[in-house]
Amino acid sequence: MMRRLASGVLPIYALLYLAFLYLPILFLPLFSFNDSKILAFPMSGFTTKWYAALGHETQLLNALGNSIIVGLFSTVFATAIGSLTARAITRYRFPLRRSSQALQMAPLVMPEVIVAVSLLIMFLSLGLSLSLFTVALAHVLVTIPYSISIMTSAFEQFDDSLEEAAIDLGEGEWGALRRVTLPVVAPGIVSSLLVGFTVSFDEFIMAFFLTGTEPTLPVYIWSQVRFPAKLPIVLALGTLLILASLALLLAAEYFRRRSLRLSAVQEGVPIA
Amino acid sequence: MSSNQRPAGQAPATAPAPAMAPAADPAPEPGPVAGAAALVRMQGVTKSFGSFTAVESVDLDLRAGEFFSLLGPSGCGKSTLLRMIAGFEEPTRGTIAIDGRPMAEVAPNRRPTNMVFQSYAIFPHLNVADNIAFGLRSPGQSLSRTEIAARVDEMLATVGLGGLGQRGANELSGGQRQRVALARALILRPKVLLLDEPLSALDKKLREQMQIELRRLQRQVGITFLMVTHDQYEAMTISDRCGVMFGGRLAQVASPKELYQRPVTRQVAEFIGGINFLSGRVSARDAESASVEVKGFGTVTMPTEPAIPAAGGQITLGLRPERFYLAPERPAETEVAAAATVEDFAFYGETIHYYLRLDGYDAPVIAAVTNFQRAAHFAPGDRLFAGFRGRALVALP
Ligand SMILES: Nc1ncnc2c1ncn2[C@@H]1O[C@H](COP(=O)(O)OP(=O)(O)OP(=O)(O)O)[C@@H](O)[C@H]1O
Ligand SMILES: [Mg+2]
Repeated sequence: MMRRLASGVLPIYALLYLAFLYLPILFLPLFSFNDSKILAFPMSGFTTKWYAALGHETQLLNALGNSIIVGLFSTVFATAIGSLTARAITRYRFPLRRSSQALQMAPLVMPEVIVAVSLLIMFLSLGLSLSLFTVALAHVLVTIPYSISIMTSAFEQFDDSLEEAAIDLGEGEWGALRRVTLPVVAPGIVSSLLVGFTVSFDEFIMAFFLTGTEPTLPVYIWSQVRFPAKLPIVLALGTLLILASLALLLAAEYFRRRSLRLSAVQEGVPIA
Repeated sequence: MSSNQRPAGQAPATAPAPAMAPAADPAPEPGPVAGAAALVRMQGVTKSFGSFTAVESVDLDLRAGEFFSLLGPSGCGKSTLLRMIAGFEEPTRGTIAIDGRPMAEVAPNRRPTNMVFQSYAIFPHLNVADNIAFGLRSPGQSLSRTEIAARVDEMLATVGLGGLGQRGANELSGGQRQRVALARALILRPKVLLLDEPLSALDKKLREQMQIELRRLQRQVGITFLMVTHDQYEAMTISDRCGVMFGGRLAQVASPKELYQRPVTRQVAEFIGGINFLSGRVSARDAESASVEVKGFGTVTMPTEPAIPAAGGQITLGLRPERFYLAPERPAETEVAAAATVEDFAFYGETIHYYLRLDGYDAPVIAAVTNFQRAAHFAPGDRLFAGFRGRALVALP
């Protein structure tokens, strides 16, 4: 009885939930092709002029460039730190290992506004002037937990005897890292780089507080939303960004699965 | 394999193996072998992890070209000993020398040893050929691409993987992965090949097949193999000599035959196949032979062994199940016999095990008889006579 009820209601619930999640996003591409500055139904006609206008918005393109620079810097940095941390967590047993792991995940759950304000105070008192660099540092902080968790799962799949085998076969520590460890966890690294870039690219609060004169894209968009004339252009941009993010995340997922497949070779074998 | 593949100074595979020594040789040889014959010499090797001692004062010599198995229950320190030879663990005390050269200061990647890991540790991102060629591309090697390719092809053929060089690491069966691991280690022509439970991941049928192949391969390449296993049958069928470990200590080193027939402790006797323990009292002993009164059976004569105390002393005697003679009447061919009742039996195909209740013994004794013997078939409850000869007994301390 309960089950019959559940089987009737659950699909409806799931549909509503999906609609709630994705309908707002669907409005973006819809109105980005609308031939009017007013965002309301009925739509007046189809146009691609907002997309064409994107190319002439130099400030917007600058902001896009800033975001890419910040994204690249922070994801490379965070992935490097995250990989080293993850290796230490999975390989060595040390005191407070569990609690240090929890500590590294903290930025994920702390209110971002608080963290942003704290960073602002810290940077200013250190005498650092606000710039893309301060934004990037903050983004390293928020990206590291993602990187650690992706790389921890990559290294957990990694059989330590692979490294020993490389050394047994005459390689040095670095050679083993270069010829075995890195290639085997490479899909995890790529996945971490992609996710980190996406996180930084989308991040608003930190960037809002810590940006100097050069805004990142989300900050720039926020500043433009107040001008109705620019809104359709922002929608066009938003549509492109969603597509790009989607592509990045799909790629990250592809590499994550690949890393699982690679390490599946070691499965089903009792460990000494 | 061509003869140039054999490391210089290595005994050829045809060197007389210790297993083929005449069985009459009664001297056990747990001690170091004389002089330069030892390829690997371990002296007083101890390894502690914190307060826990995993390996304790092990003295062991491995001879050039032999197949040696380290045998023992789980957790007795076999892998730790192997890893110390490979250089992955440092002995807390004691020395390890290979070919006369102390290994203390030699890094694992500079040692003349290679290892087959229990998990095989096949590099998942490389194909079979690149896995096998891995060590040939390590620093210190200077082989041209064509030389590497030739060596790899030769090795593929040696381990029976001809034509599979381009296979991906995740497209291999368990047996094939095992061969890749072997080939990858052997291609560097180590002085000693270390194998950590190389067959434990395979199913029974494949394991038996690979045992024979390992043995064939070892003879062919003439390299000293040191294999760790906890399967006593595997160790006995494959090796020239075996070492049995308990709790970090080496209890006995001997040929499989000697290990089975002349175990030096109860623990070894029990670990290597089934055995019955009978209690006895020495009634007379001289340099040649001793008279022992076996509880429930009577007095037998057996060769004098160090473990036999002077006249009047108590002794534990080991008797392998297949050394019993069973007959409905008192058997003529045995020195002593006792009346017994069949409690139960287990049918194994080629043999039948009878669980016999003997007067004066708490636990049943086990007698194994070959299935085709005329007198082999008894039923539970049957009365029979179980007898044996004195020389079948092993004196145990
Ligand atoms: N790195 C280590 N730190 C602490 N204890 C260890 C370490 N390595 C091994 N030991 C302990 O030493 C003992 C011997 O381990 P080892 O792996 O040599 O056993 P083994 O004979 O190979 O057993 P198995 O047949 O199960 O593989 C075990 O009790 C194990 O827990
Ligand atoms: Mg082990």
